Amino acid sequence: MTSPDDVDGAGGAGSGGAAVPAQAGPRESAAPGKAGAPGDVVMSVEHISKRFGPVHALRDINMTLRRGEILGLIGDNGAGKSTLIKILTGYHQPDSGVIRFDGRETQLRSVVHARALGIETVFQDLAMVNDLPVYLNLFLNRELTYRPLPFLRRAEMRRRSREALDAIGISIPNVSAEVGQLSGGQRQAIAVARSVYAENAKVLLLDEPLAAMGAKEAGHILRLLRRLKERGDLAIVLIAHNYAQVVDVCDRVNLLQHGEITFDRPSRETSVAELLELVHAEYRVKA
Amino acid sequence: MSGNTPASTSPSPSPASSPPAAEAAAPSPSGPGRGRGLAAAVGRGLIRRRELSIFVVCVAAAIYFAVTGSGFTTGENYHTIAQYVAPWIIVAAGEVMLLVCGQIDLSAGFVFTLAPFLVTTFTGDGLPLFPAVVCGLLLCAAIGLVNGLIHTLFNLASFIVTLGMAFFLEGMSLIASNAQPVSAPASGWLVSVLGKSRWSELIWALVIVAVMQVVLSSTRFGIGTQAVGSNPVGAAESGIRTNRIKNVNFVVASTLAGFGGILDGIRVGSFDPTNGGNETMFLAVASAVIGGTALLGGSGTVVGALLGALLLGIVYDGFNLTGVNANAFDVVLGIAIVAAMLLNVYLSVLRKRASR
Repeated sequence: MTSPDDVDGAGGAGSGGAAVPAQAGPRESAAPGKAGAPGDVVMSVEHISKRFGPVHALRDINMTLRRGEILGLIGDNGAGKSTLIKILTGYHQPDSGVIRFDGRETQLRSVVHARALGIETVFQDLAMVNDLPVYLNLFLNRELTYRPLPFLRRAEMRRRSREALDAIGISIPNVSAEVGQLSGGQRQAIAVARSVYAENAKVLLLDEPLAAMGAKEAGHILRLLRRLKERGDLAIVLIAHNYAQVVDVCDRVNLLQHGEITFDRPSRETSVAELLELVHAEYRVKA
Repeated sequence: MSGNTPASTSPSPSPASSPPAAEAAAPSPSGPGRGRGLAAAVGRGLIRRRELSIFVVCVAAAIYFAVTGSGFTTGENYHTIAQYVAPWIIVAAGEVMLLVCGQIDLSAGFVFTLAPFLVTTFTGDGLPLFPAVVCGLLLCAAIGLVNGLIHTLFNLASFIVTLGMAFFLEGMSLIASNAQPVSAPASGWLVSVLGKSRWSELIWALVIVAVMQVVLSSTRFGIGTQAVGSNPVGAAESGIRTNRIKNVNFVVASTLAGFGGILDGIRVGSFDPTNGGNETMFLAVASAVIGGTALLGGSGTVVGALLGALLLGIVYDGFNLTGVNANAFDVVLGIAIVAAMLLNVYLSVLRKRASR
């Protein structure tokens, strides 16, 4: 867990991104030419609700994601953040409501479908396969093969993994090491790298990507998110419990409470103190 | 070793684990690329050593029996060992796939038992042998699919599903055979290919091992199988169709078990309802586990299962030759399984150190 002091340190270094290679991964060179201008709405949800048996996880969610913007999504445990992410990524289907992607009403049938559209996710549990090496985790379910033959191109996947991790500035000594042998922070870095690496990503959903990271590693990832944002073609949603990080890196903040979004404001118009107050007000012990 | 818990597979970023990492990085400041390559080579060697160590134990056991018993090093005896191990290997090849994806098929032994009687049912209806075998194998595949669908649709543990299926199939075998052995087809080229000619069952076993090993380690399906066994939720979140992978592996395991039963029946010359059963299934699972397959899923190799079966076959045969009570075989088998698991745990600790 990071202490607030550590976070301030990482945040302060946010502007000094020169320590990290300026170009951020192979997918950056593959410019998606037809992408719209920064600020365009790339994805929106309207009146989304989702029940799990008696639990009303999401009641009436309205949310807009814009290109070139990092949206911070905060809320208490159980507020529905992960459920919302899993709907946006096609893992769950909403009970009602509409999802628009690139202006068209879209039903996200599966994770594969969402990925094909360009919606990439870092799940809270990271979706890492501990028994597989780093490079196969980076290519999980989109392994390269010698088409039309079904055999894996291991050397090519290792090479590209090495390149991607180096370009992002993540230190993983050996891409052939099993992921189960790495630290929590390294595993999270790989999970982020995997979604960033995707060639056609338009929306990047990160469910607590910084949870197991030290301040230094978290700083790496936050700088990476800023660089991705500055490209202007990517909409990023960041779930985090550390409001200092949220205010520092995000352009806009949404607060999810009891299955509804109750707060939507640019992050420069709010503060860590205000966000803390909003989330904790209803549970205050003293009057 | 106190305080060192090798069973902890999920790593915690504990402070205790960082000093070795620093040590590993320190010695090669001049050539990080070369150091990395060396570490990778050492790591790969240790991973391979899992199979290698079983192979070494096999050789050691063979040498022991060659020295102490008479007649171990004859071609006839090698053939005997091949006859022991071939059915175990064929069943184990399917069990490895299932174990790696976190499942098990306890009914495979009775698929092995039933399959020959499925064939005789079809030949009894006047079907030639080849289509009868194909139809029999299709039914075996269907049994596997039923196992898989009950597991995936109702989320019932495969241990339970296939336990029930095992008893069901045992009963079906006794019904189909009237609890009597029948003579197997004994002539024709197909009979020779399917077990009758001297080494054909072993050749089939080796071909199946080669194919399944390539499927497991060199195809997207194999990687998916490992992912499903290692982290089912994560695999699903990555868009892997976990249920389909499980179902296919249930079908593969059942079909291979049925094929093994047909080959073995034709080799012996008689279809016997007491052949196969739980003993064959447990020996196949034991072969897989001794060969390094994790019972809880995520890792394992078909080649390892081949070597595990070979070790069991050598010991079984050696005991027979040296006149040791055959009942003692089970004692050795029990010790071998636990010892193999301890070795696996120890090797994974070594690998963990090597790759840091």
